Amino acid sequence: MIASRFPSLLAELRRLLGDDHLLANHSEMVVYECDGFTIEKNCPDVVCFPRHTADVQRIVQLCNEYDVPYLPRGAGTSLAGGCLPVGGGVLIVFTRMKAIEEINLRDRYAVVQPGVVNVWLTNALKGTGFHYAPDPSSQGACTIGGNVATNSGGPHTLKYGVTVNHVLGVEAVLTDGSVVRFGGPAEDYVGPDLVGLLVGSEGTLAVVTKVWVRLTRDPQAYRTMLGIFDSVDAATQAISEIIGQGIVPAALEMMDQGILIALEQAFQFGFPLDAQAILLIELDGLEAGLDEQRDRVVALCQAAGAREVRRADDPKERLKLWKCRKQAFGAIGRLSPSYCTQDGVVPRTKLPHIFRRITEIGETYGVRIVNVFHAGDGNIHPIVLFDERVPSQVKAALDASGEILEECIACGGSVTGEHGIGVEKIPFMAKLFTPGDLDVMARVRDAFNADGRLSPGKLLPTAAGCGAEHKPHGAAVPTVERSHPGRRAAL
Amino acid sequence: MHAFSAKPNPGAGIDYELFLDCVHCGLCTASCPTYVVTGNENDSPRGRIYLMRSVTDGRLPLNNQVREHLELCLDCRACETACPSGVQYGKLIEPFRIAMDQAHDGDRAPHDWFHKYVLFGLFPHPKRLRWALLPAKLAQRFGILRGMEKLGLMRMLPQRLRQLVYTLPEKLPSEPALPEFLPAIGRRRARVALFTGCVNDVMFRHTNWATARVLQQNGCDVIVPRDQACCGAIHFHAGASDPARRLVDANVKSFAEVDRVIVNVAGCGAMLKDIGHHWHDDAAADRTALAAKTRDINEFLDELGLIQPEGEINLTATYHDACHLGHAQKIREQPRKLLATIPGLKLVDLPETELCCGAAGTYNLTQPEMSAILSRRKLDNILSTGARAVLTANAGCLLQIAREARVRREPLWIAHPIDLLDLSYRKEKPPV
Repeated sequence: MIASRFPSLLAELRRLLGDDHLLANHSEMVVYECDGFTIEKNCPDVVCFPRHTADVQRIVQLCNEYDVPYLPRGAGTSLAGGCLPVGGGVLIVFTRMKAIEEINLRDRYAVVQPGVVNVWLTNALKGTGFHYAPDPSSQGACTIGGNVATNSGGPHTLKYGVTVNHVLGVEAVLTDGSVVRFGGPAEDYVGPDLVGLLVGSEGTLAVVTKVWVRLTRDPQAYRTMLGIFDSVDAATQAISEIIGQGIVPAALEMMDQGILIALEQAFQFGFPLDAQAILLIELDGLEAGLDEQRDRVVALCQAAGAREVRRADDPKERLKLWKCRKQAFGAIGRLSPSYCTQDGVVPRTKLPHIFRRITEIGETYGVRIVNVFHAGDGNIHPIVLFDERVPSQVKAALDASGEILEECIACGGSVTGEHGIGVEKIPFMAKLFTPGDLDVMARVRDAFNADGRLSPGKLLPTAAGCGAEHKPHGAAVPTVERSHPGRRAAL
Repeated sequence: MHAFSAKPNPGAGIDYELFLDCVHCGLCTASCPTYVVTGNENDSPRGRIYLMRSVTDGRLPLNNQVREHLELCLDCRACETACPSGVQYGKLIEPFRIAMDQAHDGDRAPHDWFHKYVLFGLFPHPKRLRWALLPAKLAQRFGILRGMEKLGLMRMLPQRLRQLVYTLPEKLPSEPALPEFLPAIGRRRARVALFTGCVNDVMFRHTNWATARVLQQNGCDVIVPRDQACCGAIHFHAGASDPARRLVDANVKSFAEVDRVIVNVAGCGAMLKDIGHHWHDDAAADRTALAAKTRDINEFLDELGLIQPEGEINLTATYHDACHLGHAQKIREQPRKLLATIPGLKLVDLPETELCCGAAGTYNLTQPEMSAILSRRKLDNILSTGARAVLTANAGCLLQIAREARVRREPLWIAHPIDLLDLSYRKEKPPV
């Protein structure tokens, strides 16, 4: 944007929001220069905290008027740079739009503002017999708005599905400043599934200001088990057998020895540190028949070579076990000053293969890699350890990560299961999709976001390749002059 | 001389590795009471670490904006509970704030009259504090204080002093001081010293008596050293490191002869357990030794094995986790276990129990606005449980919640878990 006009944009925003709902001082904006992905950083020009949809609407209109890029942000827990303000501009932070507007148990839905922290909704439902099913590992901090943007998953998505399966409707501000509503409290609406289109679009199509989410009945009973294996192959074999037998666990997670050591340091759960892999298996549903199902799972694990299958049915033990699992990424701080969590997907039967390849790739590049898998749906999270102060290690970590993701693609999988593309994985898009596929995606984006001011530099690569900014098809709009030109790689 | 004069960087003395423990995942954010209220990343633990690191790296000047966000921190350490990476946030914010005060710009005095005469001059000295409160006590007895409140005369007091007067309990206790020795009842199982605290011994002497009696009931000889001092937390958290160290060293001497020091105030307990790493001089080992033998009363009774109390108390109560017990000392199950032994008591879960009530040491006096928001939220949560009593093991929380309940005319009984345990041993009933 033309720097001389910035003061008048700022004055307009101040008039709209007041000083209390706006940050424009450099020392207060530095914390907004990155999210959970710290390799790239860029400061926004101004940070706004809208209080309601009308604020968002006006902010979008002002950004259009002044030709400034803008970007929504929730809690900033993205691991792929989804909240990186590429090109600076206005950061619309939703942490003050955090009301649970309605809980309707009879119709099984809730209406929330985008800044509601995922677990707050489930907490608010405590005792009602319902919960909000998508439970990403960061659910204690991440917002439902962010979950909608990235179509978040979580350990329990194996049985219950991802965010898109639980969003009934959204209210959103379009890039022209109008407010629309797709879907709503009822189950079925006619016409194309525009809710489905918006969920997972990483904030590149519209700014979501309200979400109707589905509530799920709490299961009557749980059976939680810990299968202990002396080899990763045996553990992945067990996974294939369980799924192959038609059993759908609520969750089926694998952790390797490296991550177990970090978790044991953090939480002292009592994991066997000599095990090569652990399966965390949870069955849920009606009490009747659950014991039989558990016995079958135990037998299948043993047949695959499990050393031991422990039960964790006590509610407190179960909670602690899940806490360990969900905080696995964070616990890495105990092993290494920096890490890079990868998020690939492979067909389940390829799990033993991808694990072997990950080990080989780690050895090739001389980096340590530990693993957490949402094994049930083939979603892998190799975590590459490095020290950000040593440039050669940073390079090795990034190269190793790249090679792992290439291998996922070669197996017929994907480069992200749930974290999203953000800025981190844009270079892989061209490998994952054909030019024709990408062109359709770009045209969909242009239909919603023709000027490219909303969330520039995210999700989709440009014809000019990685690093260049999005230019809309037809380029009817003059090129936007940015206060901070382009993406700036740290390396 | 102003602003950019050559001042030492407040991050200079901090072990840089402690910053690197933070991998910027953000899982701490929603656990932080100030962030939950403001929604501003600068008021979150991850944000504050980023600010401190930026100042340390020389990327940001230590200006008033940065200071304000760091000063708004309650030091409740909820983020340490939430952090999976084991970031030792307390070891970052505490020394940083001390250094920040020493490097102040001259535009704002670090320690004004309130710090000098009230926080440092009165609080750590039970005798002086008792004298100072005498007028308040008399005014209370004759109903003058509440009368002044009603007439709006209190507004004539400076704001922080007014806060302080508002925070005074309904009735200042009038029990005699504890004797230097109280013998075990029944078979002797342990010999312990009781740490009575400064503000605590003035406002909650009845809880000190209750603690001593419960210890006696559990077969403990209780020693109450007369020359013990304030734990030093008030000074230390306000950035006055040297006076804090002198108080700590006085306590090292007072408690040299015993092998367990029992504390019933979470804030003091957390301080005493932390003193080993605050100063690196010849006396560090002695301080570490005192830290190692310090036990919270709940923790100690649970370790010792509680003798079952028999008095029935038919009451629905809820338990609030004091930050300095739950987050700083990781003591959460023990008080609940002790309370579960009381016949007839029904303990119900408190929503957001891990969220600070806004007392946070002297925070309610220095940051009254944020403190009031948090204290309202706490009472709302308490009322939502339908409990008629709330139990919490920290003097600050007791005063804060009681004050909020009083202002809103909620007839709640607010007490230390040990008060209730004591009543059960004595087969008496609480006043609800």
